[in-house]
Amino acid sequence: MALAAISKTGEGIGAPTRQRLAGFARTLRDQGFKVGLAETGDALAILTLPLAGRSSSLKPALRSLFCATHSDWERFDAIFDAFWLGRGLRQARTLSGSAAESRASVRRLADASLSSGTLKLPDHVDRRSVGDGDSTGDGRGRREGASRFENLASADMRHIVDPADIAQVQALAGRLARVMRARLVRRERVRRSGRRLDLRRTIHRSVSHGGTPVDLAWRHRKIKPLRLVVLLDASGSMSLYTAFFVRFLHGVLDAFREAEAFVFHTRLAHVSASLRDRDVTRAVDRLSLMAQGIGGGTRIGESLSTFNRWHARRVINSRTAVMIVSDGYDTGAAEQLGEEMRRLRRRCQRIIWLNPLIGWRDYSPLARGMQAALPYVDLLAPAHNLESLAALEPYLSRI
Amino acid sequence: MTLDRKTISDRLAAVGYVADRDIATALWLMDFLKRPLLLEGEAGVGKTEVAKALAAVHGAQLIRLQCYEGLDQNAALYEWNYQRQLLAIKTREGVGESADAIEEHIFSERYLLERPLLAAIRRKKPPVLLVDEVDRADEEFEAFLLELLSDFQLSIPELGTIKATSIPRVVLTSNGTRELSDALRRRCLYHYVDFPDVDREAKIILTRTPGIDTALALQIAHMVAAVRKEDLRKVPGVAETLDWAATLAGLDVHDLRQEPEAVHETMMCLLKTREDRSRLTREVADRLLGKVA
Repeated sequence: MALAAISKTGEGIGAPTRQRLAGFARTLRDQGFKVGLAETGDALAILTLPLAGRSSSLKPALRSLFCATHSDWERFDAIFDAFWLGRGLRQARTLSGSAAESRASVRRLADASLSSGTLKLPDHVDRRSVGDGDSTGDGRGRREGASRFENLASADMRHIVDPADIAQVQALAGRLARVMRARLVRRERVRRSGRRLDLRRTIHRSVSHGGTPVDLAWRHRKIKPLRLVVLLDASGSMSLYTAFFVRFLHGVLDAFREAEAFVFHTRLAHVSASLRDRDVTRAVDRLSLMAQGIGGGTRIGESLSTFNRWHARRVINSRTAVMIVSDGYDTGAAEQLGEEMRRLRRRCQRIIWLNPLIGWRDYSPLARGMQAALPYVDLLAPAHNLESLAALEPYLSRI
Repeated sequence: MTLDRKTISDRLAAVGYVADRDIATALWLMDFLKRPLLLEGEAGVGKTEVAKALAAVHGAQLIRLQCYEGLDQNAALYEWNYQRQLLAIKTREGVGESADAIEEHIFSERYLLERPLLAAIRRKKPPVLLVDEVDRADEEFEAFLLELLSDFQLSIPELGTIKATSIPRVVLTSNGTRELSDALRRRCLYHYVDFPDVDREAKIILTRTPGIDTALALQIAHMVAAVRKEDLRKVPGVAETLDWAATLAGLDVHDLRQEPEAVHETMMCLLKTREDRSRLTREVADRLLGKVA
């Protein structure tokens, strides 16, 4: 249809206009819009119409065509004005500039750790892949906090374990996530065997028996898989564990059909898309960079509030377990954390709080944030090593 | 028959739908590009109303498919009339017909029950198909819907392929409880429906509430806009506004500021949870009323 539209209507349009439109489509694509050939073709068809003469009528038409989500919808006007009218150019530049800047900052980060001997990121991070991967990181790095460099230094995992060990531990974490999923599925199928009669098929089969339903057809209840939403604390106090959990997250996203991952520190970032890279190292590296480049305090309450407000409705259904991985050291108000935990609890099936500090000797959850959150947590478990994660599996399978 | 943009927006007004600026363009574009329209927005902003208005504009029938969790093809497409089929098998068997003949007979059009999707493609005059809250159906159904929307034909194993006699105008709505697939989004035109601004909401109140005076409608619209800015669990939609306007008009209120008591007592039209009720205390309501002035 679209191609036909191009050949049918294309003649009336001069080459400059086409090029301009192609440029506009490219600009939109750069901004993360999903614009394909079909859309461009349709846009060309719209441009042949008399209404295209006035931007006030062309804009809503192209907006309906090119936008696919609410965030597209909100950004479209600025991009349109900048491209076609040259208006608000400065605004548009800041818009695209911030993304480019954050990319650059990621690169700078990488360079810094390459050149200076003191600021080193974990060794397993492959520098070269940063350059390749940054386009898919689509400007998420923008959410970086302020005190990037201080944390860069303290995030060095080499002081704790040897690089080969880190790689091994992380591979194990990924495998564990997959095993957990496999077991969950198997148990569900045995347990849930609700059946009901499939009338359509039964009648069809009964014809040869003179209408007596001898051969019954049954329908099995479709199993709805457990959905897992993981909120990972990537603040400074958690830095020893972040890389380890990022690897675990990747395994979880890979294995669970329905899983979403968020990273928070001073703000919350939805990272499922960046993590769903087939190339494990690249995905983990990108996220490690994001997670470790950020620091300076944790606002758990505020991050949860963002989650409840903007993401919860979309990613949480009735069969969702929320897993929060954090040490509970909150620089925000404990009351807010409690309130947000209460809201979250109402929405989901279970809240599991993994706290690496529990593994430490003589630990008791005294942090104020932890205290406020505890009443709403279904399971508070240690998560300082693989064993403790594996211990979670029987619990998850019972949900 | 495609209508131009001007005609559509005129007719929208004529059927009593107070359109926002760009919806007429989107509705016109649907016809021009032959694409479905995906409407997103918060609950209660009037997404379903758009489809109803579109049907009225074209003088077409509105066929509605309400999606829900677990919606399957049986409920959306077609079903056989089992009772009649069983009866037919029994009676024909008595006459001594062969099994093949019986089978051919009971799986014919006569025993077919149309469900919304099948109904939508078998009308002579293209109807408006409203797929409401498509985000509530599961991914499998979404994929199936996508296939139907691109081919406009479907196959019934016992009957063969059924081609569309007319291509329906398809409107999908989503509340964003689940992320829709990229494929579906790309197939559709997109329009984000926001809460109406004060002027538009006042106009909606005026057209929908007979006998209300303009000043009051404007006050109500201002008040509702202020209420929506509060941190509520369930933000009042346009339907709630209309309920409230009708209630106030029924109570013979002419000026909200003069009768804060009535305002407070009828607030339950807008606030539907206990939590919201307790959050919007008398003091808060009075403060908002003060701003309305």
